[in-house]
Amino acid sequence: MIDATVKTLSAGLSAGKLSAVELAEEFLRRIDAHNGRINAFITVDRDLTLAEARRADDLRAAGKAGPLTGIPIAQKDIFCADGWLTTCGSKMLSNFVAPYDATVIAKFKQAGAVNLGKTNMDEFAMGSSNETSFYGSVKNPWNDQMVPGGSSGGSAAAVAARLAPAATGTDTGGSIRQPAALCGITGIKPTYGICSRYGMIAFASSLDQAGPMAKTAEDCALLLNTMAGFDPRDSTSLERPSEDYARDLDRPLSGLRIGLPREFFAAGLEQEVAAAILAAVEELKKLGATTVEVTLANAKLAIPVYYVLAPAEASSNLARFDGVRYGYRAPEYTDLDDMYCKTRAQGFGAEVKRRILIGTYVLSAGYYDAYYLQAQKIRRLIADDFAQAFKVCDVIAGPTAPNTAFKLGAKTDDPVQMYLNDLYTIPANLAGLPGMSLPCGFDRRGLPIGLQLVGDYFAEARMLNVAHQYQLATDWHMRKPTL
Amino acid sequence: MSLALSDIQRIARLARIRIADQEAAALHDQLNEVFRLIGEMQAVDTSGVAPMAHAAELAQRLRADQATEPNQREKFQAIAPAVEAGLYLVPRVID
Repeated sequence: MIDATVKTLSAGLSAGKLSAVELAEEFLRRIDAHNGRINAFITVDRDLTLAEARRADDLRAAGKAGPLTGIPIAQKDIFCADGWLTTCGSKMLSNFVAPYDATVIAKFKQAGAVNLGKTNMDEFAMGSSNETSFYGSVKNPWNDQMVPGGSSGGSAAAVAARLAPAATGTDTGGSIRQPAALCGITGIKPTYGICSRYGMIAFASSLDQAGPMAKTAEDCALLLNTMAGFDPRDSTSLERPSEDYARDLDRPLSGLRIGLPREFFAAGLEQEVAAAILAAVEELKKLGATTVEVTLANAKLAIPVYYVLAPAEASSNLARFDGVRYGYRAPEYTDLDDMYCKTRAQGFGAEVKRRILIGTYVLSAGYYDAYYLQAQKIRRLIADDFAQAFKVCDVIAGPTAPNTAFKLGAKTDDPVQMYLNDLYTIPANLAGLPGMSLPCGFDRRGLPIGLQLVGDYFAEARMLNVAHQYQLATDWHMRKPTL
Repeated sequence: MSLALSDIQRIARLARIRIADQEAAALHDQLNEVFRLIGEMQAVDTSGVAPMAHAAELAQRLRADQATEPNQREKFQAIAPAVEAGLYLVPRVID
């Protein structure tokens, strides 16, 4: 049961072979047995989960079941879920029981899915290794000396370790794709504006986007069908007709044009990763695809641009954490200003403080043109490069990360080294394009390697098609770690 | 361009985050590393390029000027650090 896809579990539930309560019990047992070591979940609440499972079984009995009714889904702890502790990986929200549902959570609830628990993450989604979480590092299920990636590392580790059949993540600079790659699972960040950001704790609002993480592309399509959709409560939600992201899964790949950006295969890419990516591209060619070299000349500037824009937006978004209306408040202070300063000094971790300070600096008087405006202009150049590339290809392929999982603690003292991990994922966020990662091999230490696909705006169904056809021809996505 | 040590305390003050002096010294080194990385942007000629503020360049939607949310004051105040008589308590700001 634990190795089954969401698709298979859904069929089992429909056929009456298992109940939502049995399924939830099975995964809660797995979490009890293994979460102590992997630390993928911050909050597990047996009573809340089983109440949702009973409700799912009732919906089915009443003939109101859909494809996700009774499916347990691990929710990244960035999504507010009514009645659930929602920490965002921070001490600042260590006592925050959300008073409402994020739209993504509400949509899952409406579909009858079961909230299996809240997954660990880098604090306020700021990190690439899950080591900035106030609740301790997540261990990579393939090797517990290694990081799972971040920021959605708890979600990725939970799916890889079979503690959950699927999970949600969010991706501001690679936070779905990079941990998916490092843990050997599949994850997709849709086009910006497809999934509502309402109730999703904000990091960098012009980049943040939610998406599903699962074993297969087919499962991601199923989840995305529920997560996506216009939401009047999010001012950047896109008003588009709803679509079936699974509609193209079975389409043959003949005629598919894959763009290979030469910049994604340049210095800095581990040789074993490069070899696995090129082998995956060969496999796609066997399935009928052709390749063309494309140029993303400004992609190398994505990291500098991101480390201006994302901290600038974060410094503004995180100003709300002041110890007045919710969350942590310093126990001792002399006046209001002292209360703010101590609350924020004690409530935020080191990486969050660094980013707030960077953002405050680049937005401070006299520096706007040199930093923020320049970054916005280069953001345009990066988006234009993609637009040129998509004139000659349908999908771009390359590595998700320059390396496989690295050792816990290896980069924690060197922020810049940590930031470089997102070299290949950030460009899609800046442009607002959909990107995904899927397993395509292992290095000689047995650590997973992720293939990244980037598509044009709203090309999710096509990307999921490419990934699904690849997964029909290979079995990397079905490999699992020994716990 | 690099930050002076005094810049660290100045921006920490703007961000309302108390930073101890020894912490400021470590942050000074780390932030200067980050700003060296950010500095790579400065070599790019962007004259004539329109800034891209947002991934989806949308106009703000307007909605009817009607209350759509119910009053949930009690629910929201239940999670506040300090409340009294329906008000959020903060240290005295006017003597």
